Amino acid sequence: MKHLLSIDDLGGESGIEEVLRVTDRFVEVSARDIPKVPALRGYTVAWLFYEDSTRTRLSFETAAKRLSADTMNFSVSSSSVNKGESLRDTVETIAAMGVDAIVVRHKSAGVPWQIARWIDASVINAGDGSHEHPTQALLDAYTIRHHFGSLEGRHIAIVGDSKHSRVARSNVKAFTALGAEVTLVGPQTLLPPSLEGWPVNVSHDLDAVLPTVDVCYLLRMQRERMTEALVPSLREYHTYYGLDGARAARMAKGSIIMHPGPMNRGVEITADVAGLDNAVITEQVANGVAVRMAVLFLLLGSGVDVIGSQS
Amino acid sequence: MAERERRLTPPFGGVFIPRSEVMNASDLRRAIKRIGHEIVERNHGLDDVVLVGLQTGGLPLTSRIGHTLVEIEGVEVPMGALDVALYRDDIGLRPVLPEAVTEIDFDMNGKVVVLVDDVLFTGRTVRAALDALHAYGRPRAVQLAVMIDRGHRELPIRPDYVGKNLPTRRDEMVNVHADGVDIGEVRKEDR
Repeated sequence: MKHLLSIDDLGGESGIEEVLRVTDRFVEVSARDIPKVPALRGYTVAWLFYEDSTRTRLSFETAAKRLSADTMNFSVSSSSVNKGESLRDTVETIAAMGVDAIVVRHKSAGVPWQIARWIDASVINAGDGSHEHPTQALLDAYTIRHHFGSLEGRHIAIVGDSKHSRVARSNVKAFTALGAEVTLVGPQTLLPPSLEGWPVNVSHDLDAVLPTVDVCYLLRMQRERMTEALVPSLREYHTYYGLDGARAARMAKGSIIMHPGPMNRGVEITADVAGLDNAVITEQVANGVAVRMAVLFLLLGSGVDVIGSQS
Repeated sequence: MAERERRLTPPFGGVFIPRSEVMNASDLRRAIKRIGHEIVERNHGLDDVVLVGLQTGGLPLTSRIGHTLVEIEGVEVPMGALDVALYRDDIGLRPVLPEAVTEIDFDMNGKVVVLVDDVLFTGRTVRAALDALHAYGRPRAVQLAVMIDRGHRELPIRPDYVGKNLPTRRDEMVNVHADGVDIGEVRKEDR
């Protein structure tokens, strides 16, 4: 496997499991007094973020540094992009400096694929438009696996704006590949227009689904991607689909609450729910570093092509 | 099997074909007992001594030496496991995956660490292990115990406790298991 552009690149269950297995090792590394190993010494990783990000970017940066790789930061707002440089020229310039991997986030779907065709370095998709966000799906799968031992037979509700959500798209692929049952919950306007070929159930009634789930996965309301009024108001959305204390109390014993961040407190989740013991949102962030270490190591350093058949 | 040799066997390569037995179960038991006594003798007891086995071949040996030390001195020394995959100098030259988890749940500062592995070959695994230990603290001293020293060192590393010195050819392979030690070679699988 040379690139991680989509969950599909991992070639299904065995590849995903392999990444999670390697992640176990990096969780242990992260827990050490000195959480740094020389595995990727001499490698350079560049960030190409055309869209805002806090946790993904910092998480990748931490992961690369814990593997002793050098990192190059690229912030679009203070770069030659402002002088009108094209994406291709920017990418080829960075590649010419000799990077081993480029981590890309862009507002348009498919950009990481295009970049992978232009350059020799490994490309990791850190979110392309409403399309895919594979490392988020891997860290979510890892977090659920950590709590339940496996995803097999678990019922996961993905609540909210799955129409605009790259997280939802990658998560559905990863969760179902690992044997979980996934239900998308939300108003019709926030569900993808066509669900043909998606191995999911659909519900418009959060209260009916909630007691049956092991995982309640809340999506962020992506106001920056909403071009039309898809819900009458955020307050109405909150009334029907927001997870508040009363709803959280009706969840089954042992179930967990997840959110990819950043949270809109008071919209999809209330502040008191975000602080509950079974809300594992900060755990997701911590696991994110280990998962990204595993991905960087498998792409660059391991020399083992145990995963993926497509690239 | 030493790290380098294990790379040649599944899932990466061929199969190990044993040719002859160089130690049987009793030989192995006696060697472990002697190594136990040598550790006690060299360190004037077992104060501050800890055992760290190298993943994965060194672990069975580590627990057997640990049992022996209990029999000799009645002291249970702390034992840990160390995976050096991420510290190897051949990352990128050959396939490397973290094999098994590192477990060191004691403080290593000021301790005498006895590294334990089954086969000492080029010395590169031990070099990586010395590097890895730094992440956990600063031992007062590090000693090395191996069951088989098969020569062909590529680095200035020597063992403190040896089960058996075994002259080998470079392409041969040594397998240490619970009931003895075999020498043989790897046959490449036709794929």
